[in-house]
Amino acid sequence: MASQAPTLQDTRATRVSGLRSFFNMDGVAQALVWVAGWAIVAITAVLVFELWMNSAETRQKFGFDFLFSTTWDPVNGDFGALPFIFGTLATSAVALIIAVPLGIGASIFLAELAPPRISDALTFCIELLAAVPSVIFGLIGIFVLVPALQVMVPWLKAGLGFLPIFSGAFYGVSILSAGVVLAVMIVPFIISISREVLMAVPRDLREAALALGATQWESTWQVVLPFAKVGVIGSVFLALARALGETMAVTMVVGNTPKIQASLLAPGYSIAAVIANEFPEAGGIQMSALIELGLVLFTLTIIINGAARLLILATETKGAK
Amino acid sequence: MTAALSFRRKATNLTMLTLSAVCTVVAVGVLIFILGYLLFRGGSDLSWDFFTKLPVPVGETGGGMANAIVGSAKVLLFATCIGVPIGFLGGVYLAEYSGARAAAAIRFVTDLLNGVPSIIIGIFAYTLIVVPMKKFSALAGGAALGIMMIPIALRSTEEFLRAVPNNMREGAMALGATKWKSVATVIIPAAIRGIISGMMLNLARVAGETAPLLFTALNNQYWSPGFGNAIATLPVMIFTYAIAPYEELHKQAWAAGFVLLSLVLAVNITARTIIASGTHKAR
Repeated sequence: MASQAPTLQDTRATRVSGLRSFFNMDGVAQALVWVAGWAIVAITAVLVFELWMNSAETRQKFGFDFLFSTTWDPVNGDFGALPFIFGTLATSAVALIIAVPLGIGASIFLAELAPPRISDALTFCIELLAAVPSVIFGLIGIFVLVPALQVMVPWLKAGLGFLPIFSGAFYGVSILSAGVVLAVMIVPFIISISREVLMAVPRDLREAALALGATQWESTWQVVLPFAKVGVIGSVFLALARALGETMAVTMVVGNTPKIQASLLAPGYSIAAVIANEFPEAGGIQMSALIELGLVLFTLTIIINGAARLLILATETKGAK
Repeated sequence: MTAALSFRRKATNLTMLTLSAVCTVVAVGVLIFILGYLLFRGGSDLSWDFFTKLPVPVGETGGGMANAIVGSAKVLLFATCIGVPIGFLGGVYLAEYSGARAAAAIRFVTDLLNGVPSIIIGIFAYTLIVVPMKKFSALAGGAALGIMMIPIALRSTEEFLRAVPNNMREGAMALGATKWKSVATVIIPAAIRGIISGMMLNLARVAGETAPLLFTALNNQYWSPGFGNAIATLPVMIFTYAIAPYEELHKQAWAAGFVLLSLVLAVNITARTIIASGTHKAR
């Protein structure tokens, strides 16, 4: 057998296996997935690079004054970011004031009280709310929320009008309107993440509290929540990062006025909204200013997101111990 | 004294628990309100013309958004071509190939990219594609949405692959399969339902994105041939029509909102049901 000349089939077999090792599917596949994995890092690096390079003109011209100047004058080429930074932070703050108690309250109900089936069904609904596109929230904001606020704000002013934040005329579009829309948009994130964090709290802690005679609420408020505190705060940070970067819904109801006013009833402007409105027609130094605003927003959200992930990670590992 | 104290504790208990239930009802109520209101407003303004006709100039009645529906489909198609392969293969790399440190680094960057506001992704696609091409295009819009898809595509693929039990990997290896053969013929098929559902959710998420399209795909009153021209999309149409001061356009915006939301929610419900039924079987 061994001395026989190779048959046709034998040569084909060697040729095929030769081809196989030449192409080496294993190696090709490994190279391919490696490229895809690191492509994400490359894309993110190029993103940062582009933001940095394309904002060079205003960064050099205004330096750090860009962050503290309140002028936004595209005609004379004078740009400052402060009104937009203020508007972004103010709308997000209003959103948090409404969404945090609502979200944490609902997550307590879903994690501690509701029977698993009802909790799952309601969570499903709430996660659907998170899937609603932001432009739809804007649509509802313009045509439902703003008219509703025009009815409600006079009552608010009658009761709390002495506070500077509720002073002045109200035209419908305002920091307050944008904050309320944002609140509705971020509540689902707070609920679904906080619920998961609360459910990760070990069962024995609850049982121990109840066995010591605590009521259900006392067990939740004094034992479960303190244990899950860091993770719940993480969910709030994550929601905050979303609120800061949200564009469409804010653009549609915030009033688009680059002024810093104490009253929440006054119109304002946010970083994302000014980019959305002015970018398509901008050129030259105005575009550079808008991209620098983008860089400011990028930095803000990166910091908040990073903090959120660290906090959530910290609680989840704590629950696992 | 004890009785009073215990009454106070009982009352607090009842009040706070009721309040937490009220919070849930409010959150779910908002969803039901949004759905109901869109159905009411959008449904009544919806007609067959909406799907078959082009937009008409202000002042004329009728017209539709046929070009925007096709436009959204084209932009999403291109986005899928970018986001799904990179995200999927990247997810395979993290779950099956990479070392722990590389995986941690890539995961960190992916989460970072996922947190970047969509309007900034729009600026990125603008500088990368619109500036060199010197015009707004479906390609630029698709690229922006594609980049937005990558992080979630990667993380969901990785998660579903990691959920595949290790003994399947060992079984494939023991039968003499090479690494790639075991990944391609055993592990990926075991996770494919979840991966596809994850991609569907991902697509539904970017389908409603408006901000990154504003200055990449821009808008168009007419049909946009090919991929190299400015193109109308449903979300951008909703935005433009909603802020315009004409009642006729507002009606169209509601109808478009109704269509967009129905599509997004239908995909969401289907994908989530598939994922849920899959996990039940695994138990």
